Amino acid sequence: MSSLATPPPVEPASQHSWTVKVREAGVAALPPHKLLPDGQPTYVASWIYMFGVASIASLVVIIASGSILALKGPGWWHYTGIGHFFNSIHLWSVELFFFAMVVHLWGKYWMAAWRGGRSRVWMTGAVTFLVAVPCALTGYVSQQNFDAQWIATQAKDSMNSIGVGAFFNLTNFGQMYSWHILLLPTAVVLLVGAHVLLVRKHGVVPPFELEQRRAALATTAGEQS
Amino acid sequence: MNHLGATVLSAVFNLNHPAHTVDWSFIHLSVANVVVIGLMLLAFLLALVLPFPGAERRRGGRS
Repeated sequence: MSSLATPPPVEPASQHSWTVKVREAGVAALPPHKLLPDGQPTYVASWIYMFGVASIASLVVIIASGSILALKGPGWWHYTGIGHFFNSIHLWSVELFFFAMVVHLWGKYWMAAWRGGRSRVWMTGAVTFLVAVPCALTGYVSQQNFDAQWIATQAKDSMNSIGVGAFFNLTNFGQMYSWHILLLPTAVVLLVGAHVLLVRKHGVVPPFELEQRRAALATTAGEQS
Repeated sequence: MNHLGATVLSAVFNLNHPAHTVDWSFIHLSVANVVVIGLMLLAFLLALVLPFPGAERRRGGRS
């Protein structure tokens, strides 16, 4: 077994190798201490900073419960108690996801979280919210009941009024189900992943330095008087 | 849900009526949505004012 202790010789790749370039760019953008930090700034010790991670926790439950529902099919929850249970878990985790995400959005808006070169962090978060809305709404038309039929027939008119009804047909269950369980969730998860990596890269936005600003204002007022 | 559970819940939440709504000028919201919006505002305000466990210790630099 001693031969395993010595790694086999490896020919080093050229500096022009795309593998080397991608690795070096990745490590430069997100060195390990930024990618997986073991501490956060002291100002993060506030409840308002908890709603981002609450959104992600809800999203994990949404994906897990939705995967179980997808495995069993869209009609499963209508005729079994366990199916009804997982459908309820899925519904209420979505409710919590939007609840936490809206409070997170309010908090970051009033912090002006785009400060300090964080515009992409803000934009990926805002776009995630916009993509998550149709992701949830296509769930309403995937329920396989009269509620879904009512919503689909009402919503198709709004889609037709903006000229997208031919491409996004609310009365086509297969199309709506595909959007709901594959296309839109994939987009949400990728956007959330990008959002988290950007937060890791730029750090959590600090609060406004109110005390310093008050002191500066007081100094200015004293000089003018 | 069994019959007893359904009976108990239906006694608490009577859903056999048109939705209650809040109407103010062009604003037309169901009471359920107004309640959720109120809860979100409450959570936002509480998150700003409630002390976070260990916050003072961390800001003071004590471990």
